[in-house]
Amino acid sequence: MMNENLIEVKNLKKYFKISKHDILKAVDNVSFNIRKGETLGLVGESGCGKTTCGRTVLGLYEATDGEILFKGKDISKLRGNEKKEFTKNAQIIFQDPYASLDARMTVGDIIAEGIDIHNLHTGKERTEKIYELLSLVGLNKEHASRFPHEFSGGQRQRIGIARALAVEPEFIVCDEPISALDVSIQAQVVNLLINLQRNLGLTYLFIAHDLSMVKHISDRVGVMYLGNLVELASSGVLYDKPLHPYTQALLSAIPIPDPDVSRTRKRIMLEGEVPSPINPKPGCRFAPRCKYAKPICKEVDPVLKEVEKDHFVSCHLY
Amino acid sequence: MGKLLEVKDLRVSFHTYAGEVKAVRGVSFELNEGETLAIVGESGCGKSITSKSILRLIPSPPGDIKKESQILYKDKDILKMNEKELRMLRGGEISMIFQDPMTSLNPTMKIGKQIAENLIVHRGMNKKEAIKEAVKMLQMVGIPNAQERVNQYPHQFSGGMRQRVMIAIALACNPKILIADEPTTALDVTIQAQIMDLMKELQNNLGTAIILITHDLGVVASIAHRIQVMYAGMVVERGTTDEIFYNPKHPYTWALLKSVPRLETKHKDTLYSIKGTPPDLLKPPVGCPFASRCEYCMEICKEQMPKPTKISDTQEVSCFLLHPNAPKVEPPQGIGGKL
Repeated sequence: MMNENLIEVKNLKKYFKISKHDILKAVDNVSFNIRKGETLGLVGESGCGKTTCGRTVLGLYEATDGEILFKGKDISKLRGNEKKEFTKNAQIIFQDPYASLDARMTVGDIIAEGIDIHNLHTGKERTEKIYELLSLVGLNKEHASRFPHEFSGGQRQRIGIARALAVEPEFIVCDEPISALDVSIQAQVVNLLINLQRNLGLTYLFIAHDLSMVKHISDRVGVMYLGNLVELASSGVLYDKPLHPYTQALLSAIPIPDPDVSRTRKRIMLEGEVPSPINPKPGCRFAPRCKYAKPICKEVDPVLKEVEKDHFVSCHLY
Repeated sequence: MGKLLEVKDLRVSFHTYAGEVKAVRGVSFELNEGETLAIVGESGCGKSITSKSILRLIPSPPGDIKKESQILYKDKDILKMNEKELRMLRGGEISMIFQDPMTSLNPTMKIGKQIAENLIVHRGMNKKEAIKEAVKMLQMVGIPNAQERVNQYPHQFSGGMRQRVMIAIALACNPKILIADEPTTALDVTIQAQIMDLMKELQNNLGTAIILITHDLGVVASIAHRIQVMYAGMVVERGTTDEIFYNPKHPYTWALLKSVPRLETKHKDTLYSIKGTPPDLLKPPVGCPFASRCEYCMEICKEQMPKPTKISDTQEVSCFLLHPNAPKVEPPQGIGGKL
């Protein structure tokens, strides 16, 4: 079961045309797959295209080029009932629990919106379902008639999760679901996501910039830099033996909650800043900041290749 | 090291329609010359309010700093200063950098002018000198092409660069104290590391004392000398960085340390999480504010606020578990001791 691919992304490109001559290449030639029942983590700095990638996979953005296969079917070619079935099966949890809930709807109606659209339950059954979902995410029945402003950030994120689960999806894109929450609340939400996955057999695409949390929840992790996927491996391997120079730098910047370790460890400092994704130069995107850069890096785009079993890296060094 | 700042029994409330929110309830601490004090806690624990009170930045109404509070800077009470004295204090002696570098710079002013403003007011420089000095400041905080950059506007800078500009503005007049309110929360990890290194380096060179406010214990491990943990408007534990990380005594500190996943934690293990949410400060509990979420809660915790117990010269904890009659409790596995 684990090896069956639920999602296959092939050479996905998403460009935004921002003026007559300028093209912002948010996602450029990204390929990966997500197996049934696993969590694929996607990390990278802001502006690297991880959110765009997640949204395009759901069909919220139309891909510029490339294919996204859900259970073997290209999502851009789905029409009518098939399309409706896909939108039921693939859901999203948003980053900002303050902005992603309609302030004028009751929590019950927010959760049931998907149920109504897909005509899954009506009347008493619908109410029962709302109560069931609320208890599933650790809230009470009474909360159904309240409004979002009455809840804290962590509780709102639970409402967002309940809404995503309402239509019984197989696949959920978690777009930085914990970034806006406090440390102690983050742990609650992550535990909830892990339990739900175990009990309901969900598949996650988990997007975040908090690397230690991503390691904790993901089976495999992909690292993005400026629209490219630079490395992809199982989370243990990626954190123990990062190959791409960018991954190495990124990992060495994680703050470690241990004074002795963090005082003595060597950090790989990156020079400069992430360049603009508008009209990028040819060659490896990371080359201008990479200390191993060779002439070839500035000319030829590296491709993602399998260096070891299930360890992919896109770098001319390997 | 001499004492630079002393906060005594600070109490701040906000008067709202729902009633009086007691945001800070009796906080006392000291800051020595040249040291970094980290104030750690969740949102709403009063850490930002505490730091804003030091510069009298709490709007009143609805804010209300209670009469018994004292904030002594070089033995002078900031809470009793008049507007003119305050103006000289802010930016001159004590300056602040804010969480969000995107919104705390003026978008209609050139970067150079924003730095120069401070120098003209506090150091009496003329415009030309001030701009020259601004270029130097930009170089000091590691901004390339400083000569050109002084004439640019904030939107031409990235988040990390804007935070560097904020630091340049804050340090322009060589203040004695720098208050950094979550300076890296809005930034990426690699940029966060750069900014933290920069602050450490500048402190070494200039001897500025720093109050660093954050919710992330990982960030402070490498930079703080002392840490103070706040919960529901009170300080529950304080100590040196080593004491807090290697020998924490308060269950809330344990919980904070434990809920951060370490890179060594086993994959998909259930993370330690604190049940429930912080108390409502409209009706703060009579006893220990953490009692309702604490695994080790005893009857007395719900009735009385524990007094601070001294563990060492530098470490102090407010918890009944340290009372001689209390049952001995070991911190949860993985907390305390060297890793």
